[in-house]
Amino acid sequence: MDWTYIQGILMLAGINLIAVLGLCLLTGFTGLFSFGHAGFMAIGAYIGALMTVPPATMAGNIGGFGLPFAVGIVAGGAAAGLVSWLLGRITLNLKGDYFCIATLGFGEAVRLILNNVKTFGGARGWPGVPQYSTVWAVLVVDIIAVLFLANLVRSRHGRNMIAVREEELAAQIAGIDVFKYKMIALIVSAVYAGVAGVLFGHYMTFIQPKMFSMTKSTELTIIVIFGGLGSISGSVLGALVLTALPELLRAFDIWRLVFYGAAVILIMISRPKGLMGGMELSPAGLRKVAAARRARLAFRAEALREDAAEGLRAEGEASPGGKA
Amino acid sequence: MSANVLEVKGLTKRFGGLAAVNDVSFDVREGGISGLIGPNGAGKTTIFNLVTGVYKVTAGEVSFQGRRIENMEPYKIADLGVTRTFQNIRLFKNLSVFDNVLTACHLSAKYTIPEAILRLPRFRREEKVLADKATFLLEIMGLQDRRDIQANNLPYGLQRRLEIVRALALDPKLLLLDEPAAGMNPDETEQLMRLISEIRERFKLSVLLIEHHMDLVMGICEHIVVLNFGQKLSEGSADTVSSDPKVMEAYLGSSGGNKC
Repeated sequence: MDWTYIQGILMLAGINLIAVLGLCLLTGFTGLFSFGHAGFMAIGAYIGALMTVPPATMAGNIGGFGLPFAVGIVAGGAAAGLVSWLLGRITLNLKGDYFCIATLGFGEAVRLILNNVKTFGGARGWPGVPQYSTVWAVLVVDIIAVLFLANLVRSRHGRNMIAVREEELAAQIAGIDVFKYKMIALIVSAVYAGVAGVLFGHYMTFIQPKMFSMTKSTELTIIVIFGGLGSISGSVLGALVLTALPELLRAFDIWRLVFYGAAVILIMISRPKGLMGGMELSPAGLRKVAAARRARLAFRAEALREDAAEGLRAEGEASPGGKA
Repeated sequence: MSANVLEVKGLTKRFGGLAAVNDVSFDVREGGISGLIGPNGAGKTTIFNLVTGVYKVTAGEVSFQGRRIENMEPYKIADLGVTRTFQNIRLFKNLSVFDNVLTACHLSAKYTIPEAILRLPRFRREEKVLADKATFLLEIMGLQDRRDIQANNLPYGLQRRLEIVRALALDPKLLLLDEPAAGMNPDETEQLMRLISEIRERFKLSVLLIEHHMDLVMGICEHIVVLNFGQKLSEGSADTVSSDPKVMEAYLGSSGGNKC
């Protein structure tokens, strides 16, 4: 395997990771499932391309504004965020599964609209997107994305989102504006997906609505669940493993997706809460796990002692001769 | 300022044709412990849901400290200072005891999301205040040595206690307790009674509780409201209520009817 190939896989994993981190906040921490985030990726990819593609010189070429990559990233993320705000206003009052179905419809709608709008090339796609995504660009965005998310989650705002996931009614009674925090989680996740879309477009140099189908949305959600709900490090691991896995399985040729599915099933059976379910691979996260474990053990020991004491008492009462 | 922290006037809630609560009026005195009792299905929990904004009222008024709160969003009502516990405990089950309380302390901090993401000074300062507050509450409520246990691994009685601690984290002025002694043995009920009185003194709040344990209700409630079939049956001190023939009838059946 040569470096270019490995680099390619790493970049894809890094790009997936950005979208997955956003979903990690929405699904893992706030408890809302989405099967439409490829739609936000598509919005990011197309708006990003519109910003960076040079103006058309020949008839038949689709022109853009020829602006720098950074503008594309910001615009793509912002556009996805704006659309998610509109979507959230009409769908976030839906309960549980119904929200999930609404996002599914949204994702498909975005794809079908792009398929039928000729401005951006329709179903044939949009070639000639500049190749701006480099390993370093992806890495920098990944690091920023992880830091932002980790800091958000470990704050009162993040805790409020977790409270919404845990027990919506109790969260409301605890003074948490449930709708607002669902909205924030949705917008942040959409911005992340939008940025991932921009990087994806500028990595492939060609974008097509087909790339952002429901399969893509499902893949993202699978990675989040596979990595473990409510764990950022789990999402990172999940994105790396599940992006690399199909490549490692190339030897199986056309059977590789079968083996991919089987591998995911096997790992989920052996670790039902995902790779890292609820835990974090960070000093603070590990301390927390250790403390919880100690507390549980101490508590169980205490309960056992009490049981034993009670057992002795009961024995003493049962046998008349045993009483002092 | 009125001496009543909560005033309920002509409160009515209909689900389709069924009036779960029908024209109920009562007051909760500032700093008092009041009880809401009645047979199952009398509408007690519905009243809690109406007062805390979980349900929208069909008719009537709810005023908290002279301010109308009916049909407000639940989180706004909580923000004003009315909070509650639930009949079927609703903790943040997968979080530690400490995080349950820390989450509920959030109203004591004002930092914004950008401040949190960039870890600015106000974030650090206020996070410290929140952690101290949560630790303090756990200490005085005797849960400090269980702080790292996941909430759903706590024994039942302590889960109920934790739910009360979580409610106290909001600095409420009115605390609604929905069957706080459900599933407790007489010993634990006794302890709970003391705890409720202690909380009232220490946090200077008013309590309205729903309970089936009559010794608890009669023991600590200064004012009792009796409901039956969504209507107020009787109201007054423990003695007044327990000697009211209508109340006896509701609880024990009418004297002329078949006794089983």
